Amino acid sequence: MRAFTKLTGPILVLEQENIDTDQIIPARYLTVTNFDGIGEHAFADWRFDANGDPLPGHVLNEPRAGHSPILVGGHNFGCGSSREHAPHALLGFGFRVVISSQIADIFRSNSHNVGLLPVVLDATQHASLLQMDGEEITVDLEQCRVTVRATDGAEQNWAFTIDPFARHCLLRGLDRFDFLNQAEDAIEAYEKSP
Amino acid sequence: MPVPELLPESLFDKLWNAHVVEPQSEATPAILYIDLHLVHEVTSPQGFDLLREKGIGVRRPERTLATLDHATPSLPPGADGQRPYITEQAHYQVQTLRANCREFGIELHDWDSPSRGIVHVMGPELGATQPGMTIVCGDSHTSTHGAFGALAFGIGTTEVGHVLAKQCLLQNKPGSMRINVAGTLGEGVTAKDLALNIIRHLGMNGGTGYVIEYAGEAVRSLDMESRMTLCNLTIEAGARAGLIAPDETTIDYLRGRAKVPQGEIYARAAEQWLQLASDKDAAFDQEITLDASGMRPTITYGTDPGMSVAIGEPVPAASNASQEKALQYMGFRAGQSMRERKVDIVFVGSCTNGRISDLRAAASVLRGRRLANHVRMLVVPGSENIRRQAEIEGLHEVFSTAGAEWRLPGCSMCIAMNGDTVPPGKTAVSTSNRNFAGRQGAGSRTLLASPETAAACAVMGHVAKVMDLGTANLETVQEVA
Ligand code: SF4
Repeated sequence: MRAFTKLTGPILVLEQENIDTDQIIPARYLTVTNFDGIGEHAFADWRFDANGDPLPGHVLNEPRAGHSPILVGGHNFGCGSSREHAPHALLGFGFRVVISSQIADIFRSNSHNVGLLPVVLDATQHASLLQMDGEEITVDLEQCRVTVRATDGAEQNWAFTIDPFARHCLLRGLDRFDFLNQAEDAIEAYEKSP
Repeated sequence: MPVPELLPESLFDKLWNAHVVEPQSEATPAILYIDLHLVHEVTSPQGFDLLREKGIGVRRPERTLATLDHATPSLPPGADGQRPYITEQAHYQVQTLRANCREFGIELHDWDSPSRGIVHVMGPELGATQPGMTIVCGDSHTSTHGAFGALAFGIGTTEVGHVLAKQCLLQNKPGSMRINVAGTLGEGVTAKDLALNIIRHLGMNGGTGYVIEYAGEAVRSLDMESRMTLCNLTIEAGARAGLIAPDETTIDYLRGRAKVPQGEIYARAAEQWLQLASDKDAAFDQEITLDASGMRPTITYGTDPGMSVAIGEPVPAASNASQEKALQYMGFRAGQSMRERKVDIVFVGSCTNGRISDLRAAASVLRGRRLANHVRMLVVPGSENIRRQAEIEGLHEVFSTAGAEWRLPGCSMCIAMNGDTVPPGKTAVSTSNRNFAGRQGAGSRTLLASPETAAACAVMGHVAKVMDLGTANLETVQEVA
């Protein structure tokens, strides 16, 4: 897993609420046996018409889309199915961070596992970000802080909270499996207990 | 004398505590032991790759149970003997699971198994799902198994690898919610309607961060298949898991099933299972009471399962831009009568409503009737066992006579990755669980409802409920008598 410490870059806003994992990666792309190249199909039904041609008006088809590492989605991002293909598709598309005012449980833990940083901000901060499409912000996982610059140039820092273990692993690029593996004695003891 | 430091515990607390290998700390999640790991072809290949990468085996193959369901065609093999997989890749995914199960010694219910079925239908049917267990699967509707008083939830593929390798998961303990449903469901009002009402009440994210225990008279009086429907849909309110405390209904359902102990040992197990209930003063982070008696047959009109109305009520107005967008996608106007909506496709099936009681309910509406001319209807049993039972009862003939297609068990049009799709712009009434944009095929418009309602819509050719049927499309009056 790639480590994540701090990143500055433009945001891409998808304002819609309840962006579910079927939107992020439609089911017909789930017949794969590995995650290689899955980013090409991210938001396929939003980006392409029935013939597979890109829809010119969609923000995800703008040249900047591939260069915006921070996705800001509407409330309740990532709801629906448990497919890990969803965070993989976002990573493959070029996102490293997803910000919303609520992120669904399974999507969040899947993101932790694959190295996509999910950030939950409060409703007011989130609402301001939704108005800042294309602007540059900084997401700092060390400090658990999002930094935005207002139009007058003044900086605002917003703190966020994240599961401490997820932060620990993301900062160092650690595989959570190793932690589980170190607990072998405890697992054996549990299995032997009546 | 009660021991003072023993705090009353909820059912969820009891299940959680009994499976903690290492407790949660400030810095680390708990390590939770998993009793049963259900596996299917879509979310497992990369999990098995982890084993190969680490050079290890499946820790407890006997606690792992696999099936083919998502990518499998629902049509039988063609003249060439080949199953009509939608793509070579889908076929390869199935072959990959077969090879993985062989390599790692896992029981797979393949095409030739008399028990093959949708993962959440098969587990309970075999009695692999039992009260008191922790159950996971790389599938969000694992919440279904909570109907038995098991802590059951969906996981991602990385975690599938973790469980294959260590039979454990890293988990932070979710919050707890109890939903008490007082009163009784009226005539013709099903568990599906109850669940849709609950999701509307909570909102599709109202359960986020929680495990929900369902309690109250209306829940107690549900049979096991209805309880599974209710728990299945828990994820649609964003919750991790749904739970119902085991009772005699649970014990009766499981008795004699292939994977439960038999005879004396079963009686002893059952005694233990009946202890699994929330203590009288158990605390919940949130508690809600709803009344079942006012609930009516319900259908969704938007692109999330929380957007539903009682059939007969007009389409509600959008309360924000996202709902506005949903109405637009669905082609509805606020205030419009739902009944105006022509229905093109009806799907009866899925882990939500693809069990024998669901098929019986749909058949009872269709018996002696035929589908409206423009309607295409697919009936897809949840498992081979259900298919056989339905055929013994002659339900398949009821469906065929009415003009519906009787298919082979699997997820089929619920997720539409096997080629069973709803064409763009067409309206489907579906007994499945998700009405997300494009869920049943790009551009598909899904209305979620019960099997009874779905069948009524198929007959009328537009949105309707059973009570609207009258003598519509009756072949002969005698046949229904
Ligand atoms: S029937 Fe639908 S919800 Fe159930 S397991 Fe299959 S795809 Fe998932």
